[in-house]
Amino acid sequence: MKKELIQDAALISSYIRGDENALATLIDRHKQRIYSFIYSKVYDKDITEDIFQDTFIKVIKTLKLGKYNEEGKFLPWVMRIAHNLVIDHFRRNSRMPKFDNAGEFSIFSVLSDSSLNAEKSIIKEQVEEDVRRIIEELPEDQKQVLIMRMYQDMSFKEISERTGVSINTALGRMRYALINMRKVIKQNNIVLTN
Amino acid sequence: MAKIYSTRTPKNLNLKPKDETISFLLNYSKALSVINYNKLKFEALLN
Repeated sequence: MKKELIQDAALISSYIRGDENALATLIDRHKQRIYSFIYSKVYDKDITEDIFQDTFIKVIKTLKLGKYNEEGKFLPWVMRIAHNLVIDHFRRNSRMPKFDNAGEFSIFSVLSDSSLNAEKSIIKEQVEEDVRRIIEELPEDQKQVLIMRMYQDMSFKEISERTGVSINTALGRMRYALINMRKVIKQNNIVLTN
Repeated sequence: MAKIYSTRTPKNLNLKPKDETISFLLNYSKALSVINYNKLKFEALLN
């Protein structure tokens, strides 16, 4: 262990003096631990590869600029850089969530197909048919208001003008229409869910 | 679907960087030169 530490320090100084092979040795010596460390945080090989590369770009720059001080050990220092870059990565991603299909999470569990499948469209038709039949059961004045409001999308003001009653009466008829429909649904145990 | 927590993730993940990444880094290191000028340091990438 101690031997390796000296060797790391020696390799760094010879790299700073211009020996490119020293860097190759350093990377080769520590690549597995650094890579596994990053992977254990991000669980994505491509992102790990990117962060690994950025980590060593930072290492190379710092060493070449002569800003590295041999206070601690080389590996913990590189690990710290990798750790900070992992944090940066998560920060960036929390601002801009990204979906891919690489992992267990699938984009299709979030985005559903808005068109109905055959079974659902049959159910929808049946539900609509049931609703229409219930509406037919309503007293004429309530039925009229409900159809104007829900199917013809008229405002209560327009309904009151068309039917010649006050807005309040139209509102009251709508309210009773809904109450009566609920009553019929409950009495007959009709299931109106898709 | 129930999540099966007992299934183990495969261990042989071969956790090491790609050769291209390593060679990129070594080439980057070779290409990067720092120019000292009156206490100022400039980075230059020479391809």
